[in-house]
Amino acid sequence: MIRFAELYNDLDSTTKTNEKIAAMVRYFAAADLSDAAWATSFLSGNKLRRLVPTSLLRGWAAEQARIPPWLFEESYQAVGDLAETFSLVVPPGKTTTDESLTHWVEHRLKPLRWMSDEEQHTAVLRIWNETPARLRLVVMKLITGAFRVGVSKRLVTRAIAMHAGIPADVISHRLMGDFVPSAESFASLIDPEIQDTVPSKPYPFCLAHPIDNEKGPEVLGDASEYLAEWKWDGIRGQVIRRSGQTFLWSRGEELMENRWPEIESAAESLPDGTVIDGEILAAIPGGAVLPFAQLQRRIGRKKVGKKLLAEVPVVFHAFDVMEHRGEDVRSLRFVDRRARLDELLRSIDHPHLSATQLIDGESWNAWADIRTTSRQRYAEGLMLKRKDAPYDVGRVRGTWWKWKVAPYTIDAVLIYAQKGHGRRSGLFTDYTFALWDDGQLVPFAKAYSGLDDQEIRKVDQFVRQNTNDSFGPVRSVTPTLVMELAFEGLQRSGRHKSGVATRFPRIVRWRHDKRPQDANTLADLLELLPED
Amino acid sequence: MDGLVSSPTSLFRPFVSPIDLQLHVSRPAFNHDRSFEAGRVDVSFAPLLRPTSSGLYCDAGDFYVDPTRPVDRAVVTHAHSDHARWGCRRYLAAAASEHLLRMRINDDAEFQFLHYGESISIGGVRVSLHPAGHMLGSAQVRLEHRGKIAVVTGDYKLQRDPTCQAWEPVRCHLLVTETTFGLPIYRWPSPESVRDEINAWWRRCREEGKCCVLYGYAVGKSQSLLAGLDTSLGEIYTHGAVEKGTQAYRDTGVDLPETRYVGSMQGKRDWSGAMVIAVPSAHGSTWMRRFGRVSTAMASGWMAVRGSRRRRAMDRGFVVSDHVDWQSLLVAVDQSDPETVWATHGYTAAVARYLNENGRKADALDSGGRREGDEDAAADAAEPAS
Repeated sequence: MIRFAELYNDLDSTTKTNEKIAAMVRYFAAADLSDAAWATSFLSGNKLRRLVPTSLLRGWAAEQARIPPWLFEESYQAVGDLAETFSLVVPPGKTTTDESLTHWVEHRLKPLRWMSDEEQHTAVLRIWNETPARLRLVVMKLITGAFRVGVSKRLVTRAIAMHAGIPADVISHRLMGDFVPSAESFASLIDPEIQDTVPSKPYPFCLAHPIDNEKGPEVLGDASEYLAEWKWDGIRGQVIRRSGQTFLWSRGEELMENRWPEIESAAESLPDGTVIDGEILAAIPGGAVLPFAQLQRRIGRKKVGKKLLAEVPVVFHAFDVMEHRGEDVRSLRFVDRRARLDELLRSIDHPHLSATQLIDGESWNAWADIRTTSRQRYAEGLMLKRKDAPYDVGRVRGTWWKWKVAPYTIDAVLIYAQKGHGRRSGLFTDYTFALWDDGQLVPFAKAYSGLDDQEIRKVDQFVRQNTNDSFGPVRSVTPTLVMELAFEGLQRSGRHKSGVATRFPRIVRWRHDKRPQDANTLADLLELLPED
Repeated sequence: MDGLVSSPTSLFRPFVSPIDLQLHVSRPAFNHDRSFEAGRVDVSFAPLLRPTSSGLYCDAGDFYVDPTRPVDRAVVTHAHSDHARWGCRRYLAAAASEHLLRMRINDDAEFQFLHYGESISIGGVRVSLHPAGHMLGSAQVRLEHRGKIAVVTGDYKLQRDPTCQAWEPVRCHLLVTETTFGLPIYRWPSPESVRDEINAWWRRCREEGKCCVLYGYAVGKSQSLLAGLDTSLGEIYTHGAVEKGTQAYRDTGVDLPETRYVGSMQGKRDWSGAMVIAVPSAHGSTWMRRFGRVSTAMASGWMAVRGSRRRRAMDRGFVVSDHVDWQSLLVAVDQSDPETVWATHGYTAAVARYLNENGRKADALDSGGRREGDEDAAADAAEPAS
């Protein structure tokens, strides 16, 4: 466990990719198979299901630190990380023995879930007594299910590939889906001999790069080398039909069972040995795409009722094929894969499974014109794909490009601020913005990103000097600062004071040139609402 | 001077942990929500001491303690520029701070220095200075007037520091304490363990052929870091601002390892294996280019929290502070045993509320307070990177 904590510390204290990979390779080389398996699982973002309610942990920590609960909360606000607050506030313990990561998971962490409060209390105090701050930080991150350290799954994959001497895309494919950590699973993960034959196993998704709106697509070269599609705003998915079974995976590598019954039943008509990539969209079968807000009504539903099924039908808009007639066709050119996809879907002719439309244009200007109609079609813009490119693994530059329409923007006034977490802990970085409505400022969006470090420090100082009131961790400040916010979409919402909800709001720039009274009004925002 | 101040040693009582205190102290029913708002002026200790917009003011003696703007007469706790402001007419400070203070304050000012424990009378107020352990010449200011005693700690720490005299408790009715790190998340590791960590880092960098650059405040922190370095590992170099401070320490009689000023080195040289002590503002500047492959580290109390560590974008962060952490703050309050505590700088409200809940009357003097970066900024303003 000490070595795993050191790995965490190494990964946490560098921003350099090569150093992160080197640290992981070092760990894999020294760890036994079972520890390596657990490390792989945690580093890839898998969690132990929540083991102990954090409210209990907070209470015990305050008790151990001999401080009242409010002071623990105050401390947490200052640190911005719960597990770290446990590691700092509770007096440091002493390591007596160094058990393996696997031992910790199997014998000390997992059993917590089945214990009574009293037993949990005893077990947690024992853990605290036996862990100095750094080790405790990692243990508590595992216990609270907040283990995240700055490595992507792709980086973990590269480290394992380097350790095993196997190409990264092979590791990546083997890691798709449910990786159950065990000595055996890690052994087969790094085995150069094994053939991969699990029917449910998805392929790693190919991801797109954004095109800079200022620069435009001309930098990509000749338009005749590309095909264009709508960039839909739905849920990315991979449909697998093998051995008479259907699997539908999300981009987050989760199996989406029973949530999209129309698509699952449509997939049954696909021949065995088929894997297709596409987007789940709320759409009228064989017809128009519906707004994202409609799809949202189905997202998160584990089971879908008849009424909803009728009101919000979904269609799988396929745009690529990775496996055709049992063969991995990812290395074929896109135009060739697309031809197979079209032929395949034509042959089954199912209303809930259709090939997404290719957009005629063949010149940047023609596509630019068509792109301006994206919002009316509930698309986010265009996708541009190289005709001759293979289906890449991950975000490889140069094959798929997303060319989104310019976001909505509006000038708003900062009225509330709250301290951030992680790298931004201790600084006021989470802001609430408001718009004018009849002489009042009405809050309408929260934004966390968009300012650089120097600007964040300036706003932080402003907040400290201009606080009028505090509501728990939230400071209300004198309305002074005006910022330009951008967001991707707008929809009516009964839950928001302003009556509208924004999608992905973020700060574009600090409008030093504007006074608060120059900010936009709620009416200006409502004007942007799409008519439905 | 005998009789003026009771011997500090007699004030030492066995350490009482705060939890034990809780056991025999009933909790007063305070309304905590509004009682520590900044800007509420407490005059209960006037004319001995009261907060003003220019800092703590003693009406009876007509002087300020650590004024925030130029005044006629200033009693100064230590030579950091956020406490010893430039531009006053008269300064009173501890004798051990003379070289540091003269280095930083206008020449036309009138200086008066007191040895620790020595007292003088200003307008009927008995003024004496007592070790604060923050840095060379740092002092707690003790004021006595008509049987009331106030102590202003300035910045202070309880941990050992070979470069200055150790903090001593001074009993008083009013204690004005700094609370820069006044949250239970701040718990300093022992100075020895951090010293060993720093030397281990230096050893490893030497093996990897890198140059170590260790950042700390130019005066105070840098010298205590210097004192802990293992000189058998290699040469120690200093940034201009650090070198100046180090010289003032040596002039005062503090024994420090040999250092060489980076700016005086001629021509291209191999810096691998060397240790450079520099001010934080040098990080990422062109001044750094000469060192080739470096490993950088920050030495500061803020390094206790990961977020601060990562924001700095340095390779290492060492938890070294010249301020009190949570536990030592409680010990200091306990041993000074005041009726009333005024908390200043940093987590004033949290400390005041905690003390109130544990049976000691306390108020927060300011709410904005000091935070990470302020000291760097002050130090950098006083001493531009060279």
